[in-house]
Amino acid sequence: MATGLKTNRRDFLKIAGTTAGGLFIGFNWMSCDSPKVEVLTTEQILSQAKSFNGYLSISPTGDVVIYSPNPELGQNIKTSFPMVVAEELEADWNRVRVVQANLDTEKYDRQLTGGSGAMPHSWERLRKAGATAKFVLVAAAAETWKVPASEITVEKGIISHKASKKSGHFGEFVELASTMTAPEEITLKDKKDFTIIGTAVKNVDNPEIFTGKPLFGLDFYREGMLHAMVQRPPFGMKIKSVDDSEAKNINGVTDVIQFENNVAIVGKSTWPLMKAKRLLKVEYEADGAVESTEDHNRIFREMLDTGKSTVRREDGNVNQAFKSAAKIVTAEYQCPFLSHSPMEPMNFFAHVQGDKAELIGPTQTPDRARQTAAEILGIPAENISVEITRLGGGFGRRLRADYVAEAVQISKMMNAPVKVTWSREDDLTGGAYRPAVRYRFEAALDEAGEMIGYKLKGAGINSGNSTRQDNFPAAAVANYKVESVEHNSPITTNAWRAPITNFLAYAEQSFLDEVALEAGKDPVEFRLNLLNKAKNNPTGEPGYDVDRMIGVINKVKEKSNWGKNPNVKQGFSVYFSHRTYVAQVADIEIENGSPVLKKITAATDCGMVINTTGADHQVRGGIVDGMGHAMYGNLTFVDGLPTQKNFDSYKLIRMKEVPQVDVHYVDSGYDPTGLGEPALPPTGGAIANAIFTATGRRLRSQPFIEQEEFSDIKLAIRRA
Amino acid sequence: MATLNLKVNGKSHTVDVEDDTPLLWVLRDHLGLVGTKYSCGIAQCGACTVHRNGEAIFSCITPASSLEGDEIITIEGLSEDGDHPVQKAWNEIDVAQCGYCQAGQIMNAAAFLDKNPSPSMEEIDEAMNRNICRCGTYHKIREAVATAAKIK
Repeated sequence: MATGLKTNRRDFLKIAGTTAGGLFIGFNWMSCDSPKVEVLTTEQILSQAKSFNGYLSISPTGDVVIYSPNPELGQNIKTSFPMVVAEELEADWNRVRVVQANLDTEKYDRQLTGGSGAMPHSWERLRKAGATAKFVLVAAAAETWKVPASEITVEKGIISHKASKKSGHFGEFVELASTMTAPEEITLKDKKDFTIIGTAVKNVDNPEIFTGKPLFGLDFYREGMLHAMVQRPPFGMKIKSVDDSEAKNINGVTDVIQFENNVAIVGKSTWPLMKAKRLLKVEYEADGAVESTEDHNRIFREMLDTGKSTVRREDGNVNQAFKSAAKIVTAEYQCPFLSHSPMEPMNFFAHVQGDKAELIGPTQTPDRARQTAAEILGIPAENISVEITRLGGGFGRRLRADYVAEAVQISKMMNAPVKVTWSREDDLTGGAYRPAVRYRFEAALDEAGEMIGYKLKGAGINSGNSTRQDNFPAAAVANYKVESVEHNSPITTNAWRAPITNFLAYAEQSFLDEVALEAGKDPVEFRLNLLNKAKNNPTGEPGYDVDRMIGVINKVKEKSNWGKNPNVKQGFSVYFSHRTYVAQVADIEIENGSPVLKKITAATDCGMVINTTGADHQVRGGIVDGMGHAMYGNLTFVDGLPTQKNFDSYKLIRMKEVPQVDVHYVDSGYDPTGLGEPALPPTGGAIANAIFTATGRRLRSQPFIEQEEFSDIKLAIRRA
Repeated sequence: MATLNLKVNGKSHTVDVEDDTPLLWVLRDHLGLVGTKYSCGIAQCGACTVHRNGEAIFSCITPASSLEGDEIITIEGLSEDGDHPVQKAWNEIDVAQCGYCQAGQIMNAAAFLDKNPSPSMEEIDEAMNRNICRCGTYHKIREAVATAAKIK
């Protein structure tokens, strides 16, 4: 067992003291016989509990506290991580309390939320955390009862020895067990014996969420705390002059201060700051390139035609393949910038006191928040504590620490505890967007309609590598070339749920449909044929598991009745991202001459499903997200400033636009992989391909509603 | 500045705020009732939904000064122990992902079901269309409203 899982009492109390809000209630095991049941808070449980490792403490009352280290933003990690620990511990889930751990780089590694990577990274660690605690509890019982440990069984927090008819709950053995050590090598449960993993376990924060308890960063208040809002410059500009005379006059505004190119308005509550911000007059001047969307449209073409690209993968001889081709298919696909727009706007609390600082708020990367603060303040990182609140969504936006930096700067300047709050307008105009990208695809077909050559060039704005060169159809095409070219812009970009693949999947899967059509083949059979080549006669290494991809394709074919009902116009898409495979089919039916999106069927291979409700949430939510942004998402710029500033012009998908979504899984027997992102990428392609089947119109840009090909189509999205 | 008398969750409160302060910020910054959420500030997303005399309103655009004498209910006051049928249904269906919008969704659903105790699915869609869920929990919200109607 990793030494990183060990903890000492003092460290443990440190976390307990700051995270246990006393919100959790439970029953005192000792007084179960009495008619008046005493209710214990998590704090009370922790005050007497013994720590077994960084994930787990157990009290003499038999109550189990499991720490969840990774930030919770709706991916349900705060429920699924503890489920894995509790499974191996053989705990009674009803006696488990879950506490969000603070940042602790000694106890935990990869304490972040991103890349759908938490579960595959921690799966074994979590199991071992539970298994080692169970081991010492059993050893303690064996010693107490003077029986062999091998004869002891554990079920739902009860340790039993059948032969001697002895049994007791965890709490009775914590004292002795906490002095024992588990061996390095520990036997884990057989997956077929799982009783918690693979079931529907409710979100552990439900009671607090549904009664409005303070859980989120924006809900954090402290006596004497100042509020601040910040006016930031348009991209590519700097401050020329500031007139704060009117803003300062607003009742409740105490200070207007400047740092870098920002103006912060400080006061005792939020509303006066919102008012004052509108009265603040800041003049800006160019400080580099000041770009508009029309500039980007020109820049994309220049990049694709003459831009200096980086070759990401090259197999065979592409030039020759295209020279000898019987048919060449070419198409370009483009997507706009997108805002993450989590429902909880950016915010953070900071209290800088000399060479120490306290940070509290919603972050996907608590360690980055701390490092950022350490750099600004010039103090050691260990002098800075980070408490992670529940995140009101993230989608990648809270991987950045720009808003944390603001709170730190202002707290330092004001010498006071400060909470920075962004308005929705700040959130939409404040940057860190999904990068805008344009792709050029070319395919060479031979006389028989076989794809003998494939070229992809990705042109992105602050996108890094806008391709995934080893993804399908890599290894399935003998002559294959993928390259990317980037334009550096002052408009800031950032990972956005399923980075790059959130649009690349749509573009690629739409293009493959175009190629299949030109080759005169069924789109699904066309892909299966390519996958068989990647399996039996690969060109280079595939960066994906061919069999797992075939598995989800066959599953979705079956579940969607692919091609069986001529009245249902279907579109297919399949994508591998973040270690998970998802295939989708969209069903459109024509009603009164208009196409109606009726249903999306999805087949997912994410290995073992931990929490069936949680998985269902991620797949459906990912599909709804992918669909909403493909349909409506659009952020355009004029002179470095977004045109869309709030939800009246930046449209998000709503209840009435959501079709039926059927979710299926392929049980491939693999360990669990992440599910926060992989269901999103295939959706746009499935819908666009279905629209093509229904109307003969090929949508090559997002958002769909703004395309000319779409202008006379009424895509009434409603349920079947 | 104005001194306002507000009745929130059955209790009377006196607050000194600017006349134009929206109820949302009085609840959050002055009364410590942070269950009502800020998200758009322009009545587009419904995260700030509360009840005014039983009607679902957007507290982000409603000046607190217009609410004197009204009965205001927030998520904290919807039930004593979190056992309003809508809250129970929300737990049963396990609706939340990030959870940020859910207080507003619950308040909207509760006001809707008071007026229409046995809604059709189409009526549920129509009523809940005024609240945005960025995580896309719409299927579960719909199911939970239907479930709440049965609990009632």
